[in-house]
Amino acid sequence: MKILVCISQVPDTTAKIAFSDNNTTFNTQGVTFIINPYDEWYALVRALELKESGPATAVHLVTVGKADAEPVIRKALALGGDEAIRIDADSNDPYSIAANIADYAKAHNYDLVLCGKESIDYNNGSVGAMVAELLDMNFLGFASKIDVAGTTVTVKREIDGGEETDACELPLVISCQKGVAEARIPNMRGIMAARTKPLTVVAGAAVAAVSSITGYEMPPAKSGVKMISADNMDELVKLLHSEAKVI
Amino acid sequence: MIMSTENATKTTIKGGEFLIKESHAAEIFIPEEWTEEQLMIADTCTNFLAQHVNPNLVRIDEQEEGLMDDLMTKAGELGLLGISVPEEYGGFGKDFKTSMLVTERLGAGHSFSVAFAAHTGIGTLPILYYGNEEQKSKYIPKLASGEWKGAYCLTEPSAGSDANSGKTKAKLTEDGKHYLLNGQKMWITNAGFADVFTVFAKIDDDANLSAFIVEKGFEGLSLNAEEHKMGIKGSSTRQVFFNDCKVPVENLLSERQNGFKIAVNILNLGRIKLGGGTIGASKEVISQTVKYANEREQFGRPISKYGAIRYKIAEQAIKTFASESAIYRASQSMEEATDTLIAGGMDPIKAKLKGTEQFAIEAAIIKVHGSETLDYVVDEGVQVYGGMGYSAEAPMDRAYRDSRINRIFEGTNEINRMLTVDMMLKRAMKGELDLMGPAQQVANELVSIPDFGGTDDTLFAKEKKYIANFKKAILMAAGGAVQKLMMNLAKEQEVLMNLADMLIELYVSESLQLRVEKLVSMKGEDACKEYIDIMRVYINDAAENIFKSGKEALNAFAEGDERRMMMMGLKRFTKTEDLNTTEARRNIAAKIIAANKYCY
Ligand SMILES: Cc1cc2nc3c(=O)[nH]c(=O)nc-3n(C[C@H](O)[C@H](O)[C@H](O)COP(=O)(O)OP(=O)(O)OC[C@H]3O[C@@H](n4cnc5c(N)ncnc54)[C@H](O)[C@@H]3O)c2cc1C
Repeated sequence: MKILVCISQVPDTTAKIAFSDNNTTFNTQGVTFIINPYDEWYALVRALELKESGPATAVHLVTVGKADAEPVIRKALALGGDEAIRIDADSNDPYSIAANIADYAKAHNYDLVLCGKESIDYNNGSVGAMVAELLDMNFLGFASKIDVAGTTVTVKREIDGGEETDACELPLVISCQKGVAEARIPNMRGIMAARTKPLTVVAGAAVAAVSSITGYEMPPAKSGVKMISADNMDELVKLLHSEAKVI
Repeated sequence: MIMSTENATKTTIKGGEFLIKESHAAEIFIPEEWTEEQLMIADTCTNFLAQHVNPNLVRIDEQEEGLMDDLMTKAGELGLLGISVPEEYGGFGKDFKTSMLVTERLGAGHSFSVAFAAHTGIGTLPILYYGNEEQKSKYIPKLASGEWKGAYCLTEPSAGSDANSGKTKAKLTEDGKHYLLNGQKMWITNAGFADVFTVFAKIDDDANLSAFIVEKGFEGLSLNAEEHKMGIKGSSTRQVFFNDCKVPVENLLSERQNGFKIAVNILNLGRIKLGGGTIGASKEVISQTVKYANEREQFGRPISKYGAIRYKIAEQAIKTFASESAIYRASQSMEEATDTLIAGGMDPIKAKLKGTEQFAIEAAIIKVHGSETLDYVVDEGVQVYGGMGYSAEAPMDRAYRDSRINRIFEGTNEINRMLTVDMMLKRAMKGELDLMGPAQQVANELVSIPDFGGTDDTLFAKEKKYIANFKKAILMAAGGAVQKLMMNLAKEQEVLMNLADMLIELYVSESLQLRVEKLVSMKGEDACKEYIDIMRVYINDAAENIFKSGKEALNAFAEGDERRMMMMGLKRFTKTEDLNTTEARRNIAAKIIAANKYCY
């Protein structure tokens, strides 16, 4: 079983977010990028586990991005994986990202494609499903547990108010979230090996974006917290009713 | 304007020569030059703390059974215990600077960082550097992987700073197969879970110590209960008793009576490493301080808006950044000295020891400056937190208590200050360091007409001149002290402390100036405004500190006209132009406050 793991780079969670060009461009100046946690902690680590425990024969990583995405993908390689592919394209349109990944994956016969349930920057959560559609594969979203036996994959998924368990045949695309695996820390051996693992750059496919971001807005500043003493329940109820208007 | 820091030929500055020679910015290493791989390793350290240490700080401090041992094992699994151990002994063979970076990052890990530093430093290095092939292949791979943990037993109840005065004895058994160790060691870090102890003892009536590798399981070794400490409560510290402890003769480390030399050389590395650790801790505390200052509101505004608080945040950052500049400059110097010796055909391990020893003065300086910087940083951290700073529920309480040990172990700061001056003068006497010539020049300058020439107005011209003058001030005071006090100088400890303080300020100021100069050459002046402010404020204050120390020293040993002349010289050599330090500190703090974390 060959696994392809989709990796995207996202701003560090403590990054100061700012916009330029009249609030139409995310200003990356001074921002450090990290591997999207859902891709790293869950999709990638589960893929590595599947290789360590037998079912997977190869784990490849793919990212769609320009050269500035390479430190992040090498960092992913430090965690594990046999090789990485950077598709040289710059886009935050989920469709063109998915089309690029699908284009590459189609030519290289992966049995399982894993990605995070969403990236923590744009939170569209749609790349995985689009890749599945473009590859004509089945898709299971929001997995919290993935097991593989032969060609059958058993996936636990979160659904409204509970969980369901699905069984599905390979090939398959799965988007992953908490529960799928435990976060790992790259070790020295992995970090040193990352330098020598292949990182292939392929040209982006000619796909037109179907969406573009026309503007960003900051959320309103948080207002202060009101502390109400524990023995003043009446006051609390009154404020929740008249000020917060939630009850 | 971008200054060119290119230099045609590389000048090699030997240890201690910073007092008499000029260094060039292009030649020093600055932390802004870390490679991608080094930063990845650093991130692994930070992630390790975030995942395994920070959530468990209370359990660690309660010394929950097996927890620290387990954390060390986990660090070992990640490879963090073998960073600079050669690959043939199961390590990763990384350079010294990388191991410093790891020490820095893990330095934010409170008690864990002490366990880590003791294991990888004094726990492993004596065997790695002085062990024979059998000893190295038996112990180092296990220590580098974390399967075994290491400790180091030098201090005794009656032998602390005076480490060579230990009473622990070793006696060869009649069959010549074992040494029997008898004695008591105190304050032994990691003792509670260590598998291997490097123990210093005197064989028979030897004048000097010898070193032995002692395994936990050897007959006759026992441990006292854990010490109750002010801070680093999670770090295991115990007394270790040797009662006819049977140590196979092949476990004598290096040669008989070579123990004190081992101890001293390992300390050289330990001192600079300690400095590295304090930087990591300082940065973390600054980040916590500024986060709190941004959140805490009084009189209707976040307290980070108040100048009194901004001053503290700026000062925390200035000292930390300055200390860091010196630490990595010295790390690079040690590495280069080592590489030069290796290139000259010396055995790599010998070269490493020699290269480190060459910069023992700088290591002592860094130990003092780093530990005192961290103490400043945690003290003001508590202050910014106000009442919450005094609460055991908030992070400053632990940071404040844990910081304090750094001024005591690896040689107290008094001992390190004395060593700084002592080593300088010894090298001068041996002819390794030409202090006499330059000191004479300064003496001549004192009686000639002062040079009132201004500096050109290029960036750094002023600071370079100030630093050149600091050197003169020190040469003058030290030269005067040597002349006046002669052999009695060693007894005039107050003067030694003054001279050491002057040397510390000089080395740190110069390292900082060179770092900022290199940074400007890399990024341009516009991108380095706050860094330039940091440099200016630090050097401005250093001039005053050097003046104060110099004045105390001069008043202690000089009299009459001579004193008046030297005092005038001191004033001239520590004179700086007016600087609006208030505005500079505001700028420095503003950037940290906006970033909501340490950002330099
Ligand atoms: C938590 C902790 C962990 C430690 N871990 C280890 C370890 O793993 N292995 C180990 O071997 N040791 C260890 N030590 C011991 C440590 O190195 C010593 O405590 C230190 O060297 C100081 O020795 P001392 O405590 O005997 O103080 P003293 O030497 O008694 O010093 C007391 C004071 O006198 C000053 N003083 C001493 N001599 C002079 C002098 N000639 N001139 C002027 N001032 C002087 C000192 O600076 C200090 O201020 C540890 C200590 C602690 C507290």
